[in-house]
Amino acid sequence: MKNRKYFAMLALLGALMLVAAACGDDDGGETGGGGGTSATGGAVDCAADEFGCVEIASGDPIQLASLLSITGDTAFLGTDSNHGVELAIDYLDGTFDGTPGQLLDHDVELTQEDDGCSAEGGQAGATAIAANPDVVAVIGTSCSSSALGVADTILGDKGILLFSPSNTNPGLTSEEAHQAFYARTAHNDKIQGAIVADFVFTELGLTTAATINDESPYADGLAAAFRDNFEALGGTITGVEQVSSSDTDLGPVFTNIAASEPEVVYGPNFNPVCALSYTQGSDILAKGTIQVGSDGCLETSFLDTVGAPIKDFAYYASSPDVSAYQSGAFYKDEYLPAYTDQFGKPTSVFNAHAYDATNVLFDAIEAVAVDDGSGNLTIPRTALKDAVLATSGYEGMTGTITCTPLGDCATDVTIGVFEYDHWPVEGGVDPTDPVFSETKTLADVI
Amino acid sequence: MASATDEQLRGAELGLLERFPWRRIILVVLSIVIVAVVAIGAYKTLTLPADERYSSTTWKNFIVLGLAQGAIIGLIALGYTLVYGILRMINFAHGEVFMFGAFGAFFFSHAWEQSGFLDSNPVLSMALLLVIAMLVSMGVAVLLERIAYRPLRNAPRLVPLITAIGASLFLANTARGFFGAQSRGFGVPEALDGTWTILGVEVDRIQVVVLVTVIVAVAVLSLFVSKTRTGKSMRAVAADSETASLMGIRVDRVIVITFAIGGLLAGIAAVLFSITFESVSFTMGFRPGIAAFTAAVLGGIGSISGAALGGVLLGLLQSIGPALILTGYGIPSSFQLKDAFTFLVLVLVLIFRPGGLLGSGEAEKV
Repeated sequence: MKNRKYFAMLALLGALMLVAAACGDDDGGETGGGGGTSATGGAVDCAADEFGCVEIASGDPIQLASLLSITGDTAFLGTDSNHGVELAIDYLDGTFDGTPGQLLDHDVELTQEDDGCSAEGGQAGATAIAANPDVVAVIGTSCSSSALGVADTILGDKGILLFSPSNTNPGLTSEEAHQAFYARTAHNDKIQGAIVADFVFTELGLTTAATINDESPYADGLAAAFRDNFEALGGTITGVEQVSSSDTDLGPVFTNIAASEPEVVYGPNFNPVCALSYTQGSDILAKGTIQVGSDGCLETSFLDTVGAPIKDFAYYASSPDVSAYQSGAFYKDEYLPAYTDQFGKPTSVFNAHAYDATNVLFDAIEAVAVDDGSGNLTIPRTALKDAVLATSGYEGMTGTITCTPLGDCATDVTIGVFEYDHWPVEGGVDPTDPVFSETKTLADVI
Repeated sequence: MASATDEQLRGAELGLLERFPWRRIILVVLSIVIVAVVAIGAYKTLTLPADERYSSTTWKNFIVLGLAQGAIIGLIALGYTLVYGILRMINFAHGEVFMFGAFGAFFFSHAWEQSGFLDSNPVLSMALLLVIAMLVSMGVAVLLERIAYRPLRNAPRLVPLITAIGASLFLANTARGFFGAQSRGFGVPEALDGTWTILGVEVDRIQVVVLVTVIVAVAVLSLFVSKTRTGKSMRAVAADSETASLMGIRVDRVIVITFAIGGLLAGIAAVLFSITFESVSFTMGFRPGIAAFTAAVLGGIGSISGAALGGVLLGLLQSIGPALILTGYGIPSSFQLKDAFTFLVLVLVLIFRPGGLLGSGEAEKV
């Protein structure tokens, strides 16, 4: 009697294991690296690809993910970039009609995760994306802090390409830290730092500067790039200060900066630190001291916080010079009206970089994906990454895109410097043309 | 016999070791080292070459900024200390009570800035902004007590503590939902731009307004607690709530009044903070909240004068400390260490005076 009970339990256990094994087979669409040729019978050899292939059955969508900052103080950046990705999907059928087009006869499905503009956010979002073996590639992150050593590593370990529209920290594409599956269409801050140093030293003719930056890799890297270039031009750095991105009381730090009497204070941070630097710094610094911020400052919430320009204190912010491509017929006549119709006025300039990144990715998918003739697609992961990094002479909306092996795809960059409050974002006062604009290549600054 | 003697000897040695005042010696050595580090750092800073030395104007700015910031922190700290005195709980949501007051005032300051009322009637508009922020903060504090804390009055002490953290997150995220994630500019009357000269020293008008308002608020609170019938009830409940209850004092009513007073003070602090930094955001309660809690512990939690003293000391430490002590050692970007420096001081104060600076033997304890 007792034995029969055990047999019954064993039989039940065995049946459950069989069911579990059967379900497990259906779990992922990814073929393992050692799995031989593709199960769908395509010509691609997935065994040769270290990270295998993504297999998409006929009728199933191609799954992309975005890992962008869509909440908190930097939501303006990630939400805007998401709109760029959505417009690229919309334009797959050749028109901006508000309905998604198809790629290789498959729908494109976009899953949106939040990078939180922090390492913790990048880790959580990348881990969630990496758990889905059907994700082909990721557009993100918004902030360098979410990518550097976090999302770029987590996704890279799974062979998932991370393609950023707005990361600018030099470390991400440096020899030491670059992860093989990382690329970006945003500029490298070595270029932005060099152009701002040119603006301050050559255009304004000022020779002493102090820097103030928060703890983010973005701010730290950009401040360092500015200092290196400013000193190379013959300028003197009178002070280097660091604050926390959650600081509201910047009075003592600015008192310390004021003691060294710089002509310029460079603060490449995010808001609200940028806006607080302007208002509090103007109360403390000597009359006429100029403050300069970066593309992290140049957004609508700065205008909301500060209001009218402060008398006797000029403020400038650098950013990719949108006027360089805003004059292009496609941007002006098709893209911008579609963006405005569907989402309102852009809140940053990086939606165009996201649009370009998504289109470069689509081209790469078309180049490496194999259709077995029945509509089943096989996309080898390493080949996809290689195809993106091999992009050369691609005529994007933000300019000509040529990727380096280290993932920098914006190699020829025009940066503009905009005087407050003539900024090319919602709330900015016309005219919104830059007061200084310069083009540099990556080779110029490395 | 011989072994018994050895054991007795060992016992005598152990007793000697145990009796030796190691703790006291370590504390004395530690205090000597700290005093030496501080003194050498300050000496080095003050004797830097003339072109690297801070000017007297810079020191004056450090002191005034520290006093003004410390006064605001002290005002918020009073809310922590009052509630702790009565309930023996830390109201971690007090920073958000402060934040709601700031938003309440923000909407009016924004509208009045647009209409010109702020600049044409600076005194009246500032007074009204203070009243609005005080009422909003008081309302949130009283609701918080009624909804989140009162049902847990007899629960173990950890329960209301966790509830307070939960309430803090709830309030912050509610504000984010209602008011948005981005910071907004806070309208300040033009009359508060510029400086006043007081005893030959130029001081920003806003800092003068902040200091005067805080001094008046603390004086009124002290008088209220020491002279009025309700204040005496508060002190009685703080001393022993059960006995106070037996004496006919309505403990629940006293607790609500305590939360209301904490809210009123947070509302005043919110307006002062907003005109100082000219911006409001849903996260604005977090850091001042932590700083105020630190100030309350530094001064001696439960003590009114301790909270005010703790706030001012904290403000001065954050403003002057890095420049005075760390610059002399050539530490770059010394202000990035201001929080580390401040909390080091807090730890040291608590080592030597575990009850805080005015925490023990304090007659005014509430």
